[in-house]
Amino acid sequence: MRNLSSAPRLAVTLLALPGLAGAQPAGPPQGGAPEDFANVEIHTLKTQGHVFMLVGAGGNISVQVGKDGVLMVDAEYPQLSGKILAAIRRISDGPIRYIVNTHYHADHTSGNQNLRKVGSTIAGGNVAGDLGAEASEGASVIAHNNVLGRMSGALGKAAAMPQDAWPTDTYVGDEKKLWFNDEGVEIIHVPSAHTDGDSIVYFRKSDVISTGDLFVTTSYPIIDVAAGGTINGYLDGLQKIVDLIVPVYGQEGGTLVIPGHGRLCDLGDVLNYREMATIIRDRVQDMIKKGMTLEQVKAAKPTFDYDPLYGTTTGFWTTDRFVEAVYQTLLPNKERGDGKK
Amino acid sequence: MDQVRQIKIARLPSLILAAALSSGATFAQVNLGGVWQNQLDEDFPDRLAGPELGDYAGLPINAADRLRGETWDASLLTLPEYQCRVHPADYASAFADIRIWEEYDRDTQNLVAIHLHHFAWGTERTIWMDGRPHPPEYALHTAMGFSTGKWEGDILTVTTDHLKEGWFRRNGLARSDRAVVTEHFIRHENGLTWVTVVNDPAYLVEPLYRSRDYVFSVAGQIAPYPCESVEEIIRPKEAIPHHLPGTNSFLKEYQAKHGIPEEAAMGGPETMYPEYRSKLAGAGAGPAK
Repeated sequence: MRNLSSAPRLAVTLLALPGLAGAQPAGPPQGGAPEDFANVEIHTLKTQGHVFMLVGAGGNISVQVGKDGVLMVDAEYPQLSGKILAAIRRISDGPIRYIVNTHYHADHTSGNQNLRKVGSTIAGGNVAGDLGAEASEGASVIAHNNVLGRMSGALGKAAAMPQDAWPTDTYVGDEKKLWFNDEGVEIIHVPSAHTDGDSIVYFRKSDVISTGDLFVTTSYPIIDVAAGGTINGYLDGLQKIVDLIVPVYGQEGGTLVIPGHGRLCDLGDVLNYREMATIIRDRVQDMIKKGMTLEQVKAAKPTFDYDPLYGTTTGFWTTDRFVEAVYQTLLPNKERGDGKK
Repeated sequence: MDQVRQIKIARLPSLILAAALSSGATFAQVNLGGVWQNQLDEDFPDRLAGPELGDYAGLPINAADRLRGETWDASLLTLPEYQCRVHPADYASAFADIRIWEEYDRDTQNLVAIHLHHFAWGTERTIWMDGRPHPPEYALHTAMGFSTGKWEGDILTVTTDHLKEGWFRRNGLARSDRAVVTEHFIRHENGLTWVTVVNDPAYLVEPLYRSRDYVFSVAGQIAPYPCESVEEIIRPKEAIPHHLPGTNSFLKEYQAKHGIPEEAAMGGPETMYPEYRSKLAGAGAGPAK
């Protein structure tokens, strides 16, 4: 069996390499990236059970730790890999075994290439003596198969991301299950929501859900229409999250929820967000039924009462872009012309 | 025994006495512990019967919050996941009796926290008195929020943040999760006045002030408050009851019933102040039809 204690040493080595942390992959344009990564801090918050939440500049990272090693959900930007690894090492010296990508966007996945290199696959570790060290090199990167399609350029029009960042282990059905660190881990696919390759990750014993961008607290729902996202799929995803949650009382406690961006949450927060998204969807749907054009819908301000919470006219996901995405994905099939239901 | 030590020993009893006399003033000026009965003589219809639909008068809300209220459908409360939703910390003072108790460090006898149990939904708050910082913004928000307190003379002043979205009034006027609440607990013998000041950058134009009065109850007991959700209406689980803007026909009922002009019923900071009455009278505003 491979000596697992080499992983921390490798991590230290990685941190010492000046050029590595700055490796920037080409990829689909993503909003929200900080101008100066040097000033970004990675904050760590214990949620419950085995699961921690890392907050930096990209999507939140969930980290599950235990005797089997480290499982990460998403990997932020490569410029932050050194800081992320340092944060992980403060809570575990175990090897990074898995990185689960909730979707393909670079603010969640472009750190894959650095962080997977400091990990090792379990299968590779077990048989490394027979097959050589290469067999155990790198953590497994798990994602829905459409994430691989998007990151490799096989799906869509976005440029391919570096191959080192691609998923190494994809699934095509409704879910993929793991047993890791004494708990079941469910990776559940939600189709046509934020993108066409979304996964939420449910840590069953810790009772924590990592949602990726199927739920955020910092903006209106981000719907990547070009990558197959739809408002109704997004709402289905929120319902899926609600269905998994068991609160202690009322709407609080019990299952905790790590959003793709924003603060730690529980049932009440997801319900409020689902309420907002449903109400705005219903308003836009009603306007479409009345024959209103997109410009007329935007002028009617269907988000007006929620704008103090989620609205913005700057940045990559403006209120207008959200309304456009809702409108576009609610249009009847023949008017939209993309063949989707 | 030298002279210096003799002086020190001679002073010791007085120092102990001084410390004993001052300890209460140092750590807690007033004892708030006990069961307090809620007095409903202020704002009764709003508090126990419950506010009427479309009554936003006297609340310093902005236009966005007004639309939240206008499009709110009370049927939302029939959804199973909403039935046991607790009243948030800044609204709970409206309803029922409370129990307050203090938590001291055994060794130092420093006041660590003041706890508050509220009858409605059995909610409990902890007001930290030990100077600990508030959590980072990315930490969990709750209905009770995170509270720290300090004594300002005999008044306990509490600052609460990390609140979940709640409501200013339980007829759909939302209070955002960005609100910061300042409270003052003022004991006057067997009376307690609980003042709540809500600052909400998302939905308020000015701070919202409320006061509630309680009377000390020597033999007070607080009953349990179990709540279990049931399916009241069969509907698709993704359905969210709400009114589309401009379609809520119930909004006019309050205005017609009480002869309140629509402008006043719709609230806003101006409607908080006494001079607003004279403005309405001068404008010749009559009740909505």
